[in-house]
Amino acid sequence: MIPLRLGYLPLIDAAPLIVAHELGFAAEEGLQLELVRLGAWAQSRDMLGAGLIDAAHMLVPIPIGQALGLGPSLPALDLVMFLSHGGQAVAVSRAIERQLRTDGHGFDFADARRAGLALRRAVAGRLRVGVPFMFSTQVELIHHWLTACGFTPADLQIKTVPPPMMADALAANEIDAFCVGEPWASFAVERGIAALLLPGPAIWSAPPEKGLVLRHDFVEERPELTGALMRALWRAGRWLDEPDRRGTAAEIVSRPDYLDLPSELAERGLRGLLLISPGGETRDVPGFLAFNAGAASFPWKSLAALFAAKIATRQGLGAEPAMRNAMARFRTDLYRQHLRPAGAALPGASLRVEGAIAEDRVVPAERGQMILRADGFFDGFVFEPPAPEPSTN
Amino acid sequence: MKKLLIVVVEPDPDRAQSIADGLGEAGEHDIRIIAEQTSLARRVAELRPDVVLIDIANPSRDILEELALASGPSERPVAMFVDRSDEQLTRSAIEAGISAYVVDGLRPDRLKPIIDAAIARFHMLQQLRAELAATRAALEDRKIVDRAKAVLMKARGIGEDEAYALLRKTAMDQGKRIGEIAQQLVTAAGLLGR
Repeated sequence: MIPLRLGYLPLIDAAPLIVAHELGFAAEEGLQLELVRLGAWAQSRDMLGAGLIDAAHMLVPIPIGQALGLGPSLPALDLVMFLSHGGQAVAVSRAIERQLRTDGHGFDFADARRAGLALRRAVAGRLRVGVPFMFSTQVELIHHWLTACGFTPADLQIKTVPPPMMADALAANEIDAFCVGEPWASFAVERGIAALLLPGPAIWSAPPEKGLVLRHDFVEERPELTGALMRALWRAGRWLDEPDRRGTAAEIVSRPDYLDLPSELAERGLRGLLLISPGGETRDVPGFLAFNAGAASFPWKSLAALFAAKIATRQGLGAEPAMRNAMARFRTDLYRQHLRPAGAALPGASLRVEGAIAEDRVVPAERGQMILRADGFFDGFVFEPPAPEPSTN
Repeated sequence: MKKLLIVVVEPDPDRAQSIADGLGEAGEHDIRIIAEQTSLARRVAELRPDVVLIDIANPSRDILEELALASGPSERPVAMFVDRSDEQLTRSAIEAGISAYVVDGLRPDRLKPIIDAAIARFHMLQQLRAELAATRAALEDRKIVDRAKAVLMKARGIGEDEAYALLRKTAMDQGKRIGEIAQQLVTAAGLLGR
């Protein structure tokens, strides 16, 4: 058994790592995982950079921020597969909830445009929104959604708040709303502090949320170990996406060693059955959190380009070089090489127009056919990536 | 030479004081402690420190990251991390469990003694924390073993030494710690209402 240290933050989408360890998918690949619970995303990035952990469950945009030179100088980080899509929820304070209800908003938890326009009417001045990290899918969801619903960038103050502190920050009136990965939105509802307004996938059907990130030199020098880890996590993701597994998964991830919270809380996000207000309304969100279904784990280079273009524009950097640098960090080549033997469906190309699939669709694969998840944005936004370079596969 | 303003972000007052003491050995500096996690961004922005030191695992680090990214050259409260040219120092700091945010342009020869002192102090605190955890676990074990012995003595009418021997034998047979066996016994006894 080869020991491997994996870092994760306590969120329900750390489930593939925990399940790979607890249910033996890692052991089948000859790996002895040591799961290290971390307190901050910056800690995960730094420990990975310094080689104190071998791999990390990480917000998808973090390696892109590094590739754009926006972080500390650490060795290059590669994202080799996505671990999850979705799992985020937007929540508002009880005061805003009351205003929205007075205005007749029904909290359908589905229509992003209606919710965004209602929020625009309900909030007089600036809206302060908490996000877990400045490089996160949450930042992109909030920006995209609210600027498409009448908020100007000047109307928005996006503030970093560590997920376990979201509820307190809302209670202390430091923020008016937040977007965070589960279970931390449900945690705020449970404490009577917040109401859920939208699930992340209502804004963008398949927002990539966490990735498996390793050091570039590690994946190059230790291909067998990298492949073994990818296959173990891919199988754990497939297990998690089988029907009726999510309750068991909630029990496992909630243990004191991992999330250390009541399993009922983790179960809401894992099942996509969310209690949206302290008043007791529940909403069913099919596909709220996907690990493996519809080739969710394939790290499209076009998604690297999309995140890079958005981050670069906000930071005043050139979009073109940013997209090139980011695409080089998404290792579709390693995904093909290491997951082909496991039987993963492989798309014919590694770039595509993002946001163009309105419904789950059958497409030609490297061999035969495969189903791709719907990935549309609520406002019909599509993103055309730069043309692939000759060497890109 | 102008004194540097160093902010230590640490909720535990004893740890904070210990770190401040350690930094005092690195020269004459103005050291402030921020214990409160809320409003951290505002406090740091107001103080405009030269160096911020914080535990690598402190979730509030991610707030400082935002501040570091947002700081333009004109405001620059805190730039990124320890000096980019000194990878070894960066690595030593990360290993010691410390992260540092440093104002842009601070000379490496002024920074190094501070980081070195912080690293030394963090190592010491890490050791203390590990020792404390071990002592606490041992104490917990002893308490639970005492209760388990009492259960056995009452239930089987045996003496203290015999009860302990029984616990030890069971633990060895099952390849577990005595503390674990004692915990199971006490839990079971509780369920059975004994």
